[in-house]
Amino acid sequence: MMTELKRILLAEDNPKDVELTLTALEEHNLANEVVVVSDGAEALDYLYGRGKFKIRTGNHPAVILLDLKMPKVDGLEVLRTIKKDDNLKTIPVVILTSSREEKDLVESYKLGVNAYVVKPVDFQQFVDAVKELGAFWAIINESPPGSVRKTKK
Amino acid sequence: MRAFRNLSIRQKLTVMSVFASGTALLLACAAFLAYELITFREGMVRSLAIRADITGTNSASAILFNDEAAAVGTLAALKADPRTIAAGLYTRDNRIFATYVRDDQKEQVALPLHLADQTDGHRFEDDGLILFRKIVFKGEPIGTVYIHSDMTEMNARIWQYLAIIFVVLLASSSVALFISSRLQRSVTRPLFHLVETAQTVSREKDYTVRAVSDSKDEMGILVSAFNEMLTQIQIRNVALQKSSEELERRVIARTQELQSANKELEAFSYSVSHDLRAPLRHIDGFADLLQKHIHSALDEKGRRFMKTISESAKQMGCLIDDLLAFSRVGRVELHETVVNLEQLVKDVQRDLLPDGQGRQITWNIGPLPEVRGDPSMLRQVLANLINNAVKYTRHREEARIEIGCDGSNSRETVIFVRDNGAGFDMQYAHKLFGVFQRLHNASEFEGTGIGLANVRRIIQRHGGRTWAEGAVDVGATFYVSLPTRKEASHDD
Repeated sequence: MMTELKRILLAEDNPKDVELTLTALEEHNLANEVVVVSDGAEALDYLYGRGKFKIRTGNHPAVILLDLKMPKVDGLEVLRTIKKDDNLKTIPVVILTSSREEKDLVESYKLGVNAYVVKPVDFQQFVDAVKELGAFWAIINESPPGSVRKTKK
Repeated sequence: MRAFRNLSIRQKLTVMSVFASGTALLLACAAFLAYELITFREGMVRSLAIRADITGTNSASAILFNDEAAAVGTLAALKADPRTIAAGLYTRDNRIFATYVRDDQKEQVALPLHLADQTDGHRFEDDGLILFRKIVFKGEPIGTVYIHSDMTEMNARIWQYLAIIFVVLLASSSVALFISSRLQRSVTRPLFHLVETAQTVSREKDYTVRAVSDSKDEMGILVSAFNEMLTQIQIRNVALQKSSEELERRVIARTQELQSANKELEAFSYSVSHDLRAPLRHIDGFADLLQKHIHSALDEKGRRFMKTISESAKQMGCLIDDLLAFSRVGRVELHETVVNLEQLVKDVQRDLLPDGQGRQITWNIGPLPEVRGDPSMLRQVLANLINNAVKYTRHREEARIEIGCDGSNSRETVIFVRDNGAGFDMQYAHKLFGVFQRLHNASEFEGTGIGLANVRRIIQRHGGRTWAEGAVDVGATFYVSLPTRKEASHDD
C-alpha cells in the first residue's frame, strides 16, 4: 500500500514535551517524519537551509508545529519571519503552546497563523490533540506545491 | 429720582454741585429782592408823603378861602410827576373840595366824595399806593390831601432785578459747572481707576494687577483694601495651583506605579500560564506512560496511586486556569452596552453543563429587565449562578430554580437566582464570594471555588453589589445588583 507522507517540523525547547509529542504522533506512525529543533533560531536555520542544516534536501515541511516560548528566537518571531518570506509563507504553521493568553492568540492570528492549539494538561487529551493535528496537517490536508512528498511502503 | 440714580458718578456730582450752588444763590437773590422791595416801598411812601405835604401847604390858603380854582391849579402841578394817577383835596368835614386825575385815567378812577376819617396813613392796593395827609394851618387841621400813585416804577424795578438775578444765576451756574467739573475729578478719577482695575481682574482673571491711589481719604482706604483683597486672592490662587499641581504629580506617579504593578501582574500571569502548566502536563503525561509501561506489574494499590497522581495534576491545571481567568476578569476592559437579561438566561440554559441533563428541574423565570453592562461578563455571572443552582440541587428529586428581578429603583436593579438545594449556613455567608472559598466538601460538590469570586468581581466592576441568603438543606438565594444610572466602574 502506498501512503503519501509529509514531513513535520517540530520547534519545541522542552525535551519532555518533545517526547510526549512524539509519543502521540507515533500512534499515527508519524513520529519518523518529524524533524525536531530546540529553538526558534534552529527552526529558521532549518527552513533557510543554513548552519547545521546546510545539507538538507530542498523541499519544505508540510506543517510546522511551533511552540511560543523558546530561547533565542521565540515562536512569534519565527512565525513573523515565515509569513513575511514569499518563499516560506505558504507553509502551514500551527502554534502548539501552553499559553491561553488572549494577546498571544490575537498576535498569532494577526501574523497569519494557520491554527492555534493549547496543550491540554490532561495527557489523554494532549495525545488526542496532537494525533489529530498530525493526521490533519500531514495526511488529510493538501500541502502547497514544493513540500516534501514521500512515499512509504 | 430714578433718572438721577442711573446717572454716572461724574454726572451726579456735577448735578449736585450745580443744584446746591444754584439753590443757595436763588435764596440769596430772593432775600435781596425782598429787602429791595421793602426799602423801595418805604422810599415811595416817604417821597409821596413829602409831595402830599407840599401840596397840602400850597393848598392851605385855597381851602381857607374856599378858592376851588386855585386848589385845582395847585393839584394840577402834580402832573409833573407821571406816577400820580389821581389826587384830591378834602375839607375839614371830609367833603371833596378839588380833584386831579391823570388824563389817561379819567374813565377808570373816581375819587371818594367823603373820607372816612382824617388820620394820616397810606395803603397799597393792586394798582398803586394811596396816601392821606392832613393839612395843618397854625396848629389846626383844615383838610386832607389824597394822592394815588401808580406802581410802574416799582414794577420796572422788579423786572430789572429779575433780569439781573437771571443773568447772575446763569453766569454763576456755568461757573459752578466749570469748577465742579474740575473739582469732581479728584473724586472720580481714583474711583474710575478702581472700577477699571476691578473689571480687568474679573475679565482677565489676572490677580497680579493693583489699583493705584495717592490720597489718604476714604477712596485711598478703599483702594488699599481692594489691593489687599487681590493679594489674598493671589496667594490663595498660587497655593491652590501648587496643590493641584502636586496632586496631579502624585496622580501621575501613582498611575505609573499602578501601571508597572499591572505590567508585573500581567507578566506574572503570563508566566504562570506558560510555565506552570508545562510541568503538570509532564507529570500527567509521564504518569500515563509509566502506567502503560508497567501495567502488568502494578497491583490495585499501585494503580490507585497512579490515578491520584494524574488526578492531582489535572486538578492543579483546573486551578491554574481558573485563577488566570479570575485575574483576567479584573484586568480586561468593560465593553458596556444594553444587555437583555432574559435572552442571556436562555443562552445560559441552553449551554447548561451536563450536570443538569436528565434531571427534573422546574424553572421559574420571571420577567427580567434590560440593563447596561458588558454582555460576555454578565453572561459569565448568570452562568456561574445558574450552574451553581443546578449543581447544588443535585440531590433533590425535583429541583426548583427561580430567577427574577427583585425590583429596581432609581439607583439599582436587583436580580436573584434562588434554588431549593443544599443551601448554606448564614454564619459563613461572608466567605461565599472569596477566592477559593468553599462551603462544601469537594467530594460532595466538585469545584475550585472561583465562580462566585468571579461573580463578585464582575459585579463590582459594574459598580454593583453581591450578597446571598440561605439555610442548610433548604436552599440559597444569590443576589446581584447593577446600578441603574451609569456610574464610573471601579475595582476592589
